[in-house]
Amino acid sequence: MLERVNHSTIAAPVVEILSVDKVFANGTRGLAPVQLAIGPGEFASLIGPSGCGKSTLLKLIANLIEPTDGRMQWWRGDFSKVGSPGRRLAFVFQDPTLMPWSKVDTNVRLPLDLAGVARDDANARTAAALAHVGLTAAARRYPRQLSGGMRMRVSIARALVTEPDLLLMDEPFGALDEFTRNKLDEDLVRLSHERALTNVFVTHSIYEAVFLSSRIIVMAANPGRIFAEFKVDEAFPRDDGFRRSGRFAEYCRALSALLSDASLASVPL
Amino acid sequence: MSRPWVQQAWFGRVMAPLVVGVLIVVAWQGACEHWEIPKYLFPRPTDVALSLMENWAVLFGALWSTLYVTLMAFAAAVLIGTLVAFVFVQSRLVELSLLPYAVLLQVTPIAAVAPLIIILVKNTTVALTLCATVIAIFPIISNTTIGLRSVDPGLAAYFRMNKAGRWAILWRLRIPGALPFFLAGLRISSGLALVGAVVAEFIAGTGGSSAGLAYQIMQASFQLDIPQMFAALFLITLTGVVLFASMVLLEQALLGKWHESSMPAER
Repeated sequence: MLERVNHSTIAAPVVEILSVDKVFANGTRGLAPVQLAIGPGEFASLIGPSGCGKSTLLKLIANLIEPTDGRMQWWRGDFSKVGSPGRRLAFVFQDPTLMPWSKVDTNVRLPLDLAGVARDDANARTAAALAHVGLTAAARRYPRQLSGGMRMRVSIARALVTEPDLLLMDEPFGALDEFTRNKLDEDLVRLSHERALTNVFVTHSIYEAVFLSSRIIVMAANPGRIFAEFKVDEAFPRDDGFRRSGRFAEYCRALSALLSDASLASVPL
Repeated sequence: MSRPWVQQAWFGRVMAPLVVGVLIVVAWQGACEHWEIPKYLFPRPTDVALSLMENWAVLFGALWSTLYVTLMAFAAAVLIGTLVAFVFVQSRLVELSLLPYAVLLQVTPIAAVAPLIIILVKNTTVALTLCATVIAIFPIISNTTIGLRSVDPGLAAYFRMNKAGRWAILWRLRIPGALPFFLAGLRISSGLALVGAVVAEFIAGTGGSSAGLAYQIMQASFQLDIPQMFAALFLITLTGVVLFASMVLLEQALLGKWHESSMPAER
């Protein structure tokens, strides 16, 4: 059932990673040369054992770090054009990273304030983003007064308020309990579908990867590399029904097997 | 609010310590009465209160003088200390070259330097303020420096990703993040400013320059007017308590809603 991905069929890739590798300052090899293209509207998950470079790959895509060798392209151009309409990028960290001294709405409005968006416009967009993640009632509360799941929602609202075209998330729900995680996964699938977002999502969870993704990229370590990838051929938006389906179980079983192989292939050289 | 009054917050905060205070004063009075201790050895609370009323004009003038020096020194310490901290975080080299001297100020006992300052500076008030500033400044420098440095690395990365300018990072990230540290520094520094002012007054007093509550204590001790010593001491303590309480209130006003240190304990 695993359909392979042919990169050359992606017509107008949002991100292209062209034989990029990354060696860190201390000499550790983070990534062996990697080749990857992600097309518009794809939900791509990166999954693999620790040290496989999935976070490194995500940071390269976010331009938080520079490749040691190779080339990166965003919307067929370099990073300087990222940020203009139709080429916006947002990053959601593993932690909510909110400003504890500011209320929820101020936190969500932050990227607009930093970009110098006019106050009224910024407030309207903030209210809309909060409504999108179901946090309108919490707008005037402090992060401290919220649960972990709600804080993560604030973090997502802060990403959505910039109206991104490409949303990068680094294990955003890793610290949450499974019920909350499932709920947020469902919300994320709905939001991405409504806004036609392109997503790159790092996760440790097989279930989460299968539930969210249109494409799963399995990575292996020593050195970090792409081990395998396949498509999850299931229509969006998805709901809890998919999670209970036999197809879901099939995908999970297949991914689980691939991950075992990836682990075996990750022994230090 | 049907909670019994003993369990209410205001009771714990205000009433409980007040009750203890009253009990101590009553016990003190009772002990002095019972053993008939003469007031030139250990005065009763009533003697102290009487002395406070009789010498009010002198003591109030002295209180004002001490308070003035304390507040000026505190203000100077906050202003200069914060500026120094901002300079420190701009560059490691600057910090490394200046920090030893800040430490030097901190470790040299004020009582050892004060005579020199009092001789060198002609104006007594300025000399006293200088002494008090020297000992009040260090907590401000060290706390504010640590505060400005301890920026949440995740938030810092977020600001950088959003191409935030230097000012935006300073106003929206560094300063609010440093606030809890700065306020803790204020609390220590306000107390030290008072200590510095009183110590400096003692030393200036022995040199013949008269000012402040410490001078009143010295005068009273020369005249064996023990109740007046206690009265002056009471006013110094009261000043310290009021300073401390105002710093706590300031802290609650600024941090109460977001910082752990000012949160009421959850039941």
